[in-house]
Amino acid sequence: MNNLLVVENVTKQFGDFTALNNVSISVPKNSIFGLLGPNGAGKTTLIRIINQITMPDSGKVLFDGKPLKPEDVHTIGYLPEERGLYKNMKVGEQAIYLAMLKGMSKKDAKENLKYWFDKFDIASWWNKKISELSKGQAQKIQFVITVMHKPKLLIFDEVFSGLDPINANLIRDEILELRKNGTTIIFSTHRMESVEELCDHIALLDHSNKILEGNLNDIKKEFKTNTFEVGLNSDNNDALEKEISERFSISKASYKSLENDLKLNIKLGVNNTSSDLIQYLSSKAQVNHFVEIIPNASDIFIQAVKNNSNEG
Amino acid sequence: MKGKLGLIIKREFNAKVRNKSFIIMTILAPFLMVAMGFLIIYLGKANDSKIKKIAFVDQANLLKENTFEDTNAVKYIDLTSIGVEAAKKESEDKEYYGLLTIPKQDSLELLATDISFYSKKTPNTIVVESLEKKIESNLRNKKLHRLGIDIAKIKSAKISADIKLTNFSGEETSKFMNSIKVGIGSFAGYLIMMFIMIFGTSVMRSVIEEKTSRIIEVIISSIKPFQLMMGKIIGNALAGLTQFAIWGVLITIISIVASFVFGISFGEMPATNVSTQQMEIAKEIMADGKIQSLITELRSQLPWVSMLVYFILYFLGGYLLYSAIYAAIGAAVDSETDTQQFMPIVMMPLMLAVYVGFVAVMKDPNGPIAVAFSIIPLTSPIVMLMRIPFGVPISQIIISLILLILNFVLFVWLAAKIYRVGILMYGKKPSYKEIYKWMKYKG
Repeated sequence: MNNLLVVENVTKQFGDFTALNNVSISVPKNSIFGLLGPNGAGKTTLIRIINQITMPDSGKVLFDGKPLKPEDVHTIGYLPEERGLYKNMKVGEQAIYLAMLKGMSKKDAKENLKYWFDKFDIASWWNKKISELSKGQAQKIQFVITVMHKPKLLIFDEVFSGLDPINANLIRDEILELRKNGTTIIFSTHRMESVEELCDHIALLDHSNKILEGNLNDIKKEFKTNTFEVGLNSDNNDALEKEISERFSISKASYKSLENDLKLNIKLGVNNTSSDLIQYLSSKAQVNHFVEIIPNASDIFIQAVKNNSNEG
Repeated sequence: MKGKLGLIIKREFNAKVRNKSFIIMTILAPFLMVAMGFLIIYLGKANDSKIKKIAFVDQANLLKENTFEDTNAVKYIDLTSIGVEAAKKESEDKEYYGLLTIPKQDSLELLATDISFYSKKTPNTIVVESLEKKIESNLRNKKLHRLGIDIAKIKSAKISADIKLTNFSGEETSKFMNSIKVGIGSFAGYLIMMFIMIFGTSVMRSVIEEKTSRIIEVIISSIKPFQLMMGKIIGNALAGLTQFAIWGVLITIISIVASFVFGISFGEMPATNVSTQQMEIAKEIMADGKIQSLITELRSQLPWVSMLVYFILYFLGGYLLYSAIYAAIGAAVDSETDTQQFMPIVMMPLMLAVYVGFVAVMKDPNGPIAVAFSIIPLTSPIVMLMRIPFGVPISQIIISLILLILNFVLFVWLAAKIYRVGILMYGKKPSYKEIYKWMKYKG
């Protein structure tokens, strides 16, 4: 059993509105799993079902191989997008209270909180009220509260929103370290650059359906179009372009280079390999640049959503 | 899981009692209340501080045999000898409270309509009433005398009947006891209503705070909404009871200290508020030595211990039930201003209970309406407490308490349900219809 969390055929309706339609996902142990999708796709509903805030109408959720049970909330940490803390409660007291609600003993909660406060160098906030902290500072506290009870599964919904680049980097490093220490992380976001940077698995939801799931690299391979970005130098670039366009489908490419090259995206047919192409090109001109175009998460996101709406 | 409920109760209690406004109100309110009490007494005293001097000119010799008696508050001055005009002048000069003139008339009937009272300001009705009474009784005696009836015989024929009220198990009671019972019942019912209105909203505010601070989703991913609501209700109830207890202690201490310092006691309520009739009844009771028997009656007849137990049970039950309703309202809205539309849910049953209590219970404590409303959960805490001094079958109490507890749990469940569904819809002002729809959502 290599999946920490398995969602099987989950459907959830609110009145006439279907929020999730027969959705299944598998989150491998020790992965950073990106849960992606446009606004209103059903991500938050799915996350709430995993957190047992709301129950699915049908389908089931397996946690560590067994059906999800109420005690499992103790081993899940959740940072919701709509976040907040008691404004008039002191930071230390509040963090310990929330950790104890997650089943920790008071002693352990205190120790863990000290560890995190020392790590972030914020020990002086212990007796401050949340209302005395800035928004970014409160975010940091919220992160500590989410992870301090050492959950097996962490769920972050837009964890970086509202953080400045320095704090965003700090949190990113912590997430990577948590993963190194064996935590599984579900990561829901719109920010594709962080998906690219952190996630090894993704699932894409659109209009209440899952339209894509898998290892990010596998998906990229699936989505690549056998297109190569090339830079060529010959005596007559115009004639060369015309000649190539007769054999391949091409488009203008743009990248930065020192030479005044002919820059093209060349899409290969099914029967051609990259060595065929490079052989052909080097017989015609000097090849200064030759890169396979691999789609990034953002391209995949846009492409998949577009395909889905065309089909629908 | 049980430990979590304790955690929530503790947090809610602490959050409430550490609040600055709570601390200020706890300390300040008793002082204000005592000050108010003293102010009322002081104003009442100041109002009739001076001894009223009333002059009279009795040309008809009506008051010859049975004249006015001076009291602590009123002194009478006979100016018959100087005549009406001179008496008027003297009364004005000496600033008497007023002047009563009884002219000479042939018939008693004419005389009865020809008596005047002169004063600078409009006289106190109680003063006028007591003057009228005296004159009436003198006129009646004169008339009887003229009709040739012996007054002494009539006096000796006066018998006061006092019907003894006894229930079938042989316990005697009296009309006076009945009014004591009404008094105790209404006081208890009224206390519950006040307590609910003052302290009930704090649960609502606490629920709303969770939504505005957006912590709701963090909390609800750790515990069940039912536990959260239960914890909030109990925590806030404990805080309210604590404040109430502190008030009781502080008010007692402050009034004792204050009466030593200012030399006013609460026993001296404005005497003018008690009408002469009531005074006479009270006097009669005292004279007959009935007071002793009344005290023993009070001791033996009212079930003090069980009354106290029931009071505590219904007080807690009623308070918890209404707190749960307040919590449900808080769960349904996003801000306190939105709560207005739901307030009738709380106010109507409370008002109905008090109304039924005062009308139906006092007329017939065991009548069908009184019984029904003392069993229906929303009104039972108030109506049942009003009935209890009159004796209520234990079966009715058990049924009404069970219903009360079941309803409490039901409303907590309802509040939890609304709370859970409500987080899915931020910023939308819900209508009753919408809330009904939420109830039907699964989990």
